[in-house]
Amino acid sequence: MSLPSPLILLHASDNVAVCRAAIAAGSVVTVGAEALSITEAIEVGHKVAVRDLKAGDKIFKYGAPIGSMTQDTPKGGHVHMHNMKSDYISSHTREASGGAHA
Amino acid sequence: MLKGYLRPDGRKGIRNVIAVAYLVECAHHVARQIVTKSDDSEVHLIGFPGCYPNDYAFKVMSAVTTHPNVGGVLLISLGCESFNRERLKAAIEASGRPCETLVIQQSGGTLSTIQKGLDAVARLQAVAAQTPVVEMAVSELVIGTICGGSDGTSGITANPAVGRAFDWFGAQGAACVFEETGELVGCETIMASRAVTPELGAELEACVQKAEAYYTVMGFGSFAPGNAEGGLTTQEEKSMGAYSKSGSAPICGILKPGDLPPTGGLYLLDVVPDGEPRFGFPNISDNAEIVELIACGAHVTLFTTGRGSVVGSAISPVIKVCANPDTYRKLSEDMDIDAGKIMEGRATLDEVGQEIIDSVLAVAAGAPTKSEALGHQEFILTYKAFDPLGPACLPLRRA
Repeated sequence: MSLPSPLILLHASDNVAVCRAAIAAGSVVTVGAEALSITEAIEVGHKVAVRDLKAGDKIFKYGAPIGSMTQDTPKGGHVHMHNMKSDYISSHTREASGGAHA
Repeated sequence: MLKGYLRPDGRKGIRNVIAVAYLVECAHHVARQIVTKSDDSEVHLIGFPGCYPNDYAFKVMSAVTTHPNVGGVLLISLGCESFNRERLKAAIEASGRPCETLVIQQSGGTLSTIQKGLDAVARLQAVAAQTPVVEMAVSELVIGTICGGSDGTSGITANPAVGRAFDWFGAQGAACVFEETGELVGCETIMASRAVTPELGAELEACVQKAEAYYTVMGFGSFAPGNAEGGLTTQEEKSMGAYSKSGSAPICGILKPGDLPPTGGLYLLDVVPDGEPRFGFPNISDNAEIVELIACGAHVTLFTTGRGSVVGSAISPVIKVCANPDTYRKLSEDMDIDAGKIMEGRATLDEVGQEIIDSVLAVAAGAPTKSEALGHQEFILTYKAFDPLGPACLPLRRA
């Protein structure tokens, strides 16, 4: 029996999967029938594209829209602040807020 | 059947706390010294720092000092602050609880007030020790939930596991309260469809729209840098995870801080102030939300965390449910429940849901939580303004 995938697809209509165990760069992992080439290390809780995504695409997780892509990202790529944004209210990080608002 | 401390107002508590409350920051040190020198884990420090009057702060202080877990109250006033100490004392005494007030300006200063305070605590403890202990049904519990330090695991493990526990407690007739409308942005339509009446559904949507507008003025969503480090990218992604704490039961009402749930079942606590934003961020940190849950009668609060939090609370115990298995390994001394094992295939959501149920029942029966045993008694209360609940917010009334 093979080990369970380090990625979970939470809903059949999702276009991102969630990492449940750290994945090293260069790994090939499967989600359902899909084999994904993981280009950069992925940490637990982060998201990976399960198909090629274009700028402007809505991202679905839990079967619900959670924002939109700001850049094209290939299948297997990390989906996060660098290529995706909220459709409601912008998120902030320490760097983005200049460090004054930690 | 649980055991509860029967208060003269008929409510039942799972702890028998003496609350020492400072009524302005100027009285904080004296109050803290009284609590520290009392050296008793059941003597808790609470307070309000502001010198200006505020109806919300009064309502929350009044609700917290008459909480069923409280057996007596000592108020510490400087003397010239705006907080209406006479009215608060009257409200506490009307609930049948013993209350004493010390005014520092009339008590000889710091050392004299501390000594008088220690004597007062001893008298209050003697009264509280006489509180009858009676049988208490699960249906008499009020349970709150909050998430703090969320990450990409929260919405997969700890939050839906709490949702399972909420479904069970709600079915037993207990009141379950979830909150932080700013962390429900993006979920408003799905949430509204669970309301017991269409009018309540409209109020639920309006609550979330208010939160979105309020946070937009503040310039930040309810989204911290650690959320992003843990894999969450957007407010609505965090919201979907947070929302799963509410489980799947119908939503039977909306509360504002200090309102008590009129029946068992599931309630949303609206924590975002009404009107034009005036006093800054709705809740400046997690404990501000926990205090509001306690003001709504929460006997115990289920706190889910992915990044890891160590806080507890004054007045009511906090059970920490850790979503992330790596965080659990790093902070196990602070965590009550390891929900991250779901991530690693070592347990199912239903199994962790059952662990949470068992933990609530054990804590209600007197077992200390990790944060209680470690001495965590955080409390924070700041300025807010609320309008009264609208007529559609509480369609159900106790029979």
